Amino acid sequence: MGDVFASAPFIVGKSEPPPIETDIPAEEALCPVISHDWVNEEYKHLVVAASPKALTVRPGQFFNLLCPSPDAGELWLRRPQSVYRIDDAGGRIEFLYKCVGRGTRGLATLKAGDRLNIVGPLGVGFHLDPSWRNIVVLGRGVGLATLAPISQLAAGCGVGVTAILSARNRDFIMADDLFGEVGTVVPVLDSDRSSDVENVERILLGLIAAKRADAFFTCGSNRLMQLMKRLARQHGIPGQVAMEQVMACGLGPCYVCVRTFEVNGRKELRRVCIEGPVFDLQEAVGW
Amino acid sequence: MVDMTVKIGNVTLKNPIMPASGAFSTELAQVMDINRLGALVAKTVSREYRIGNPPPRVAELECGMINSIGLPTKGIEYFLEHQVPDYKRFTPPLVGSISAQTADDFEAMTRDVDVPEVDVIEVNISCPTRNPGGGNFAMHEDHTFNVMSRIRKATAKPVWCKLSPNAGDVVAIAKAAEAAGADALVIANTILGLKINIDTFRPAIGNKYGGISGPGVKPIIVRMVHQCSKAVKIPIIGCGGIVKVEDVVEYMLAGATAVMMGYIIFRNPSGMLAILDGLEEWCRKRGFARVADLTGAMIDEPPMETFAAAAAPIR
Repeated sequence: MGDVFASAPFIVGKSEPPPIETDIPAEEALCPVISHDWVNEEYKHLVVAASPKALTVRPGQFFNLLCPSPDAGELWLRRPQSVYRIDDAGGRIEFLYKCVGRGTRGLATLKAGDRLNIVGPLGVGFHLDPSWRNIVVLGRGVGLATLAPISQLAAGCGVGVTAILSARNRDFIMADDLFGEVGTVVPVLDSDRSSDVENVERILLGLIAAKRADAFFTCGSNRLMQLMKRLARQHGIPGQVAMEQVMACGLGPCYVCVRTFEVNGRKELRRVCIEGPVFDLQEAVGW
Repeated sequence: MVDMTVKIGNVTLKNPIMPASGAFSTELAQVMDINRLGALVAKTVSREYRIGNPPPRVAELECGMINSIGLPTKGIEYFLEHQVPDYKRFTPPLVGSISAQTADDFEAMTRDVDVPEVDVIEVNISCPTRNPGGGNFAMHEDHTFNVMSRIRKATAKPVWCKLSPNAGDVVAIAKAAEAAGADALVIANTILGLKINIDTFRPAIGNKYGGISGPGVKPIIVRMVHQCSKAVKIPIIGCGGIVKVEDVVEYMLAGATAVMMGYIIFRNPSGMLAILDGLEEWCRKRGFARVADLTGAMIDEPPMETFAAAAAPIR
């Protein structure tokens, strides 16, 4: 038996995929890459063929990806990535990510036909209450990708979706076509200052007044999260925020990915990987 | 069929594969059948609630990773009331891991976790990130002997003492732990290190110093296992940088009776079971009927190449 070095793709157990065991909800699996394209100079769109277990992923949940190394060194830790689109019929899951560090630069080297080692689905996803008739999603940058599946799910349930998409300029408005299919898109940009917190606040207040905001969802900006949290508290609107943090195991045991939360005036640390990544907006302290 | 059982003192494990404390919880049942493991090793518990160290708690290195979690725990009462019953939903023996600031509290903690559901007590006297200076009982043989003697008197359960690779003379610490009555040694905890972010000029992790783990530490710890195995009679559990079957074989050849794994859980959550399957296969192919026969089987002589080189005359 030859050495199985850490840098080699690690094929776990037998070559046959394990049978779905209902009491083991997640798995480590190798997923063939179907397509992998740049959508602008920083963001890449990755589509992989997914196992039945991976396809049970819920909006807001994530996978922990074993990215190839982008250089002569090794990548030792996986990179968590929320799912951008769940194509149940096509047996695919999609990721939309910003190429920003060694992990994502390595991920970007994958080509169609390569295989990506994923662990998941993991974490607590978004909750959609049957009583909500209209929701507002507010995201910035690549955080919009995380909000896409819940928007699709809501639209599929007949819930009205208003998507406020914040970005530097037009080129970085992620997936507005996808959001356009499921609801009303309101782009706000740095380039024309429409992304200023004051303007976003006006938009949100307008939606609240028009009774189009039964629940808030946000991801990707601390500034916008604080705004949404304040308005949600003032107007009694339930809210959820999807958060990021540097992770190691992605499964709970290591306690690496903690962030601060506050409940009844008492601060506590929670793990983003298993107690989140989606949290109650009012309990989140921000970052 | 390969006999995969190993004996650690009077505890028989169905196989030598265990998770390392701090890298494991029942939450791993999300991705794997944890009933197949040789034992379940709980995260270290202290008497009082500990929040742990400020994030970021981990960073990548050239050779693995550096972490400073800082032993967050909900405390001994929560452990006994909630976590122990949770572990007992599964079948492998439960190794409870304890930490304390004083020998008095270590002794009291030992009495507290001496409950029927806890099969083995691992004594973590070696966490390098528990306090900012990296200090601990396992840094000196006198402290080790003192605290382990107190613990030995407090329980009849098997006690495994987890050593620090940061001590100057690990062999002396190992002997002290044995003399104090430890039933086995876990070698070792993480190696204290520092990574600096050269963009910010600040430490890369919240606690400044952290513990290094991953494949880069393996040769260092394998060496310590070998040195200690020559100096003590009690079993040794090798722990450091295992990512593949061959690493387990090396640890056992060096003198380990069983192994623990941390980093690999982060990279391949189900990798421990792949390594377990692979180890049995390796033994079968190499004609070992019992995995336990690997323990200490390193041939303590120079490599064959050394003789070949010596035989070639230099002109």
